[in-house]
Amino acid sequence: MYRYIVKRLLLVVPTLIGAAALVFFMMRLIPGDICMVRLGSGGTSFTEQALADCHREIGLDRPISVQFADFVWGFSHLDLGTSMWSGKPVIDEIAARFPISLEIAVLATVVAVIIAIPLGTISALRQNSWADLFVRTFAIAGIATPSFWLGIISLLAVLELTQILIGRPWMPSINYVPLWRDPIQNLSVVILPAVTVGYRYSAVVMRMTRSAMLEVLHEDYIRTARAKGLIHRVIINRHALKNAMLPVVTVIGIEFAFLIGGLVITEQVFNLNGVGRLLVQSVQNQDYTLTQGLVMLIVTIFVLTNLVIDVFYAWLDPRIRFA
Amino acid sequence: MTMAAPDPVLTSAFDEVAALRRSPLERVLGFVRHEALGTIGVLIVAIVAIAGIGADWIAPYPPTANDFAAMTEAPSWAHLLGTDQFGRDQLSRIIFGARTALIVGLSTAALGGCGGLVLGVASAYFGGRLDLIVQRVLDVVMAFPLIIMAMAVVAVFGTGVQNVIIAITIPLIPRCARVVRSNALAIREVPYVDAARACGFGHLRIILRHMVPNVVAPFLIMLTAFVGQAILTEAGLSYLGLGVQEPVPAWGLMLQGGAEEYATTAPWIAVFPGLAIMLTVFGVNIFGDALRDVLDPRLRDR
Repeated sequence: MYRYIVKRLLLVVPTLIGAAALVFFMMRLIPGDICMVRLGSGGTSFTEQALADCHREIGLDRPISVQFADFVWGFSHLDLGTSMWSGKPVIDEIAARFPISLEIAVLATVVAVIIAIPLGTISALRQNSWADLFVRTFAIAGIATPSFWLGIISLLAVLELTQILIGRPWMPSINYVPLWRDPIQNLSVVILPAVTVGYRYSAVVMRMTRSAMLEVLHEDYIRTARAKGLIHRVIINRHALKNAMLPVVTVIGIEFAFLIGGLVITEQVFNLNGVGRLLVQSVQNQDYTLTQGLVMLIVTIFVLTNLVIDVFYAWLDPRIRFA
Repeated sequence: MTMAAPDPVLTSAFDEVAALRRSPLERVLGFVRHEALGTIGVLIVAIVAIAGIGADWIAPYPPTANDFAAMTEAPSWAHLLGTDQFGRDQLSRIIFGARTALIVGLSTAALGGCGGLVLGVASAYFGGRLDLIVQRVLDVVMAFPLIIMAMAVVAVFGTGVQNVIIAITIPLIPRCARVVRSNALAIREVPYVDAARACGFGHLRIILRHMVPNVVAPFLIMLTAFVGQAILTEAGLSYLGLGVQEPVPAWGLMLQGGAEEYATTAPWIAVFPGLAIMLTVFGVNIFGDALRDVLDPRLRDR
């Protein structure tokens, strides 16, 4: 088992270095740079001298290989440098925006799993019934609905509903406060975004639960359990669900990583100051250090999530470990 | 004495054999009966395709015609789905938007699929060092969530339909290559591939004649999933202002700007383009599910 984990961990290193190289050079392929954005933002023309001074100030005059080595070395001990736009450390910029994105992601996961697993199971147990057809349609619609549109529509619905109920339109606040300071204000900010991104998430998990359960229910050991005269509930909970959970857990993991990407658009819809919005702004400002830091954060979460899934899988299924 | 319930495996095997003897019309009717959802999917895809191809004849107005006397007008007989803040007919823009969605969806799925098919089969067939290197490179590309990779590519190449296609194709390639490779790996071990090699056939012939046809079923199913994903990603990019640009009519673009601003006074601006995206992707996905059932009978009961 340890050998497998070590092997798997070693594979993470080239992936991260490759991702670092990709984002580093792609950013530099974008025409223009932050100095041009900064100096040209007032609409005034600027001299070559001013541009060169700006480059020197933020270290863009150094050879590109030195800049890259600097970035990778910094990343290896979690120093992401300072933002070229605000001058504050990238870590601080991210830390200020991270809690809201993380809370939405976690809440969406919880909502998705709570809805998806029971519905997926029922759908599998009553295959081809009306309940099954409903769950399947609900799930495919979830995959087909653009989350940003769902966001717009749910905001619209809240406006209309409050108009009817309390006589004036009400919009959830966009000011994030930590959960422990004001739980109600906190939830009113994050619940709609969480549900909008969570719908797609639950749809994917639901489909996987259904197909995994159907597969397991046809296994011989389920028939044996029935023949032994076990109660239906015990067969479902202890024999079927437990074995069907393997692929479901994988999908939960993969979609969690996917969620972080989806937040980029959702935060835009709800005007929330999260990591996704910060990424869009940093790309527009051509803030190399901030963009690199953010993308590496997302990539690292993605890669580590996959690592955890693989290790978990290997732990559950010895055949993978020794393959 | 009651009859024993028919064995499901046997019955479906009989169905298979019977299916081979049916006339085309009977087969179509059989599909409609077995795959109710799939039939709806086929219908939706057909409607979107007709709208996209025949937009010039079907749409009641040109997509960019402004009618400043009728701005943000509610749905009426003159404008069935209302008008936007520039007085453009929503229905016409949605019909022309179908063309954009189809172009982006189909070309990214085809390009990404072909790229992935070549890489996946070659990687599995040759194995060894090539496989190792290809897999590591794919790992890197796959480490970026789809939308973020697409955003990065658009930032480099710029916006517009053509660049959006490139931007969505690149992240689709490794996803396709993964699935194809794992299917091809299983096929490489099958005796008939060994037999072909023993006959002294070249690599190209073995790959094209013996391996590719056997990964076609999962490949086609994946392609339909790609079409849906690509349409959603394009809508997202356009919504962020990083995709298709005005005046090209695109569904995601129609939701940008006006949709939120006029949400309370003109909700139809926000509702209809989104419905168009949702229904199209819904149709493509259930079509894909039905295709999977038809191509891979083992999965039929799942």
